[in-house]
Amino acid sequence: MRDFEYQKPKTVTEARDAFNAQSDGSFLAGGQTLIPVMKQGLAMPSGVIDLSVIEDLQGITVTDGSLSIGAMTTHAEVAASPEVQKAIPALAGLAGGIGDPQVRNRGTLGGSLANNDPAADYPAAVLALSAAVLTDKRRIPADGFFTGMFETALDEGELITGVEFRVADRAAYAKFPNPASRYAMAGVFVARVDGAVRVAVTGAGPGVFRVAEMEAALDKDFQASALKGITVPEDDLLADIHASAGYRAHLIVVMAGRAVDAANGKGGAA
Amino acid sequence: MPKIALRVNSQPVSHDVEGRLLLVDFIREVLGLTGTHVGCDTSQCGACVVHVNGQPVKSCTMLAVQADGADITTIEGVSPEDGLNPLQQAFHEKHGLQCGFCTPGMVMTAMALIQDNPDPSDADIRHGLEGNLCRCTGYQNIVEAVRAGAKVMRG
Ligand SMILES: Cc1cc2nc3c(=O)[nH]c(=O)nc-3n(C[C@H](O)[C@H](O)[C@H](O)COP(=O)(O)OP(=O)(O)OC[C@H]3O[C@@H](n4cnc5c(N)ncnc54)[C@H](O)[C@@H]3O)c2cc1C
Ligand code: FES
Ligand code: FES
Repeated sequence: MRDFEYQKPKTVTEARDAFNAQSDGSFLAGGQTLIPVMKQGLAMPSGVIDLSVIEDLQGITVTDGSLSIGAMTTHAEVAASPEVQKAIPALAGLAGGIGDPQVRNRGTLGGSLANNDPAADYPAAVLALSAAVLTDKRRIPADGFFTGMFETALDEGELITGVEFRVADRAAYAKFPNPASRYAMAGVFVARVDGAVRVAVTGAGPGVFRVAEMEAALDKDFQASALKGITVPEDDLLADIHASAGYRAHLIVVMAGRAVDAANGKGGAA
Repeated sequence: MPKIALRVNSQPVSHDVEGRLLLVDFIREVLGLTGTHVGCDTSQCGACVVHVNGQPVKSCTMLAVQADGADITTIEGVSPEDGLNPLQQAFHEKHGLQCGFCTPGMVMTAMALIQDNPDPSDADIRHGLEGNLCRCTGYQNIVEAVRAGAKVMRG
């Protein structure tokens, strides 16, 4: 790994200034993606800006109809939070199923979203729960945040400060994990938010996406049986050594059904 | 060069380190505590697990500078002076290891698991050890060892 200048700013403003002072700065959150990437020489930042002591990026709060989580909240903290378990149990469950215990103790919500791995779990929750990604500059609605494989609407140096989730009246996440990495081969988050159903799929395509046909069917009848006959075209799905596009297309429908059942209190979702 | 001050196995330590120095290399190369292993470069195997402020983390996926101010426990810090702790003893008795390369990470992860959940089911143990890979045992005896160790630790 090439050496770099290490900084640990105490405020968002200091973090931004530190980033701007670097020719090639990189924010460091939990390091569970960035450090492996740096070890492989795929990223060689001139400066690493550690976000771990910035208080404004911490904390979980519930206000009428929404749940706000600071960017530096770890997956383990979200999974164990009584506030999250009460407001959106499916979100606590999702966080508790990311990777493994050690990854959950370090990895963060903000890091996961900024990275936007096509197989990451949080993007499905953010999109299905009609969340807003909050940054040091603005508020980005989920529908405009995920722009492609490892691509987001964030500008260079823009810092995620937190996420504001809508509290759903029904929600569940069902994931078919890759048995080795635990990343999603297909993960489907189904939520009924403000009266409308949203279905978001991760792991199967080059980025998280919604399935309009499933949403329309579930809007009429929020039962797994309503998904009968719906298929997802495999043209735009991923195919790799783990699964073909056709297999992933099939998994999406199965996981969607499981998620709806779980949201209705039937059976267990992942 | 940044200076870090931390506690390792209850001993205060301070050192100048390069930003890029991994916590695992600090533990092994600088402090000479070679019980913590490196089994991969993809953050997947868990041979390098240590406790940072009581929580298991992969020390190959953390910079030494990120451990400034932290309390670190390595495998060397969990055994009594001359002997094994009850969980290590259970690994020995239940044949929870063959080559032993993964064992320090397994023990550190399982210690934390038992602290949170003193009476884990087999499913809890398997879920808790998802971040620790073993190329030898097929896991069966590891699960048994953790169950047996937990029982002794519950008293
Ligand atoms: C073995 C293993 C298994 C995993 N399994 C899963 C899984 O099953 N599901 C899953 O979803 N993920 C999985 N992950 C990824 C994990 O969740 C990471 O923690 C996450 O992707 C990145 O979060 P981080 O906090 O570690 O970010 P870092 O690695 O610190 O940063 C990642 C990127 O985001 C940027 N960044 C970080 N924070 C911010 C911020 N606040 N604002 C702007 N940019 C920021 C960084 O500059 C960097 O480019 C796994 C990782 C490992 C090592
Ligand atoms: S050495 Fe393999 S996870 Fe750390
Ligand atoms: S005993 Fe050899 S890797 Fe686990």
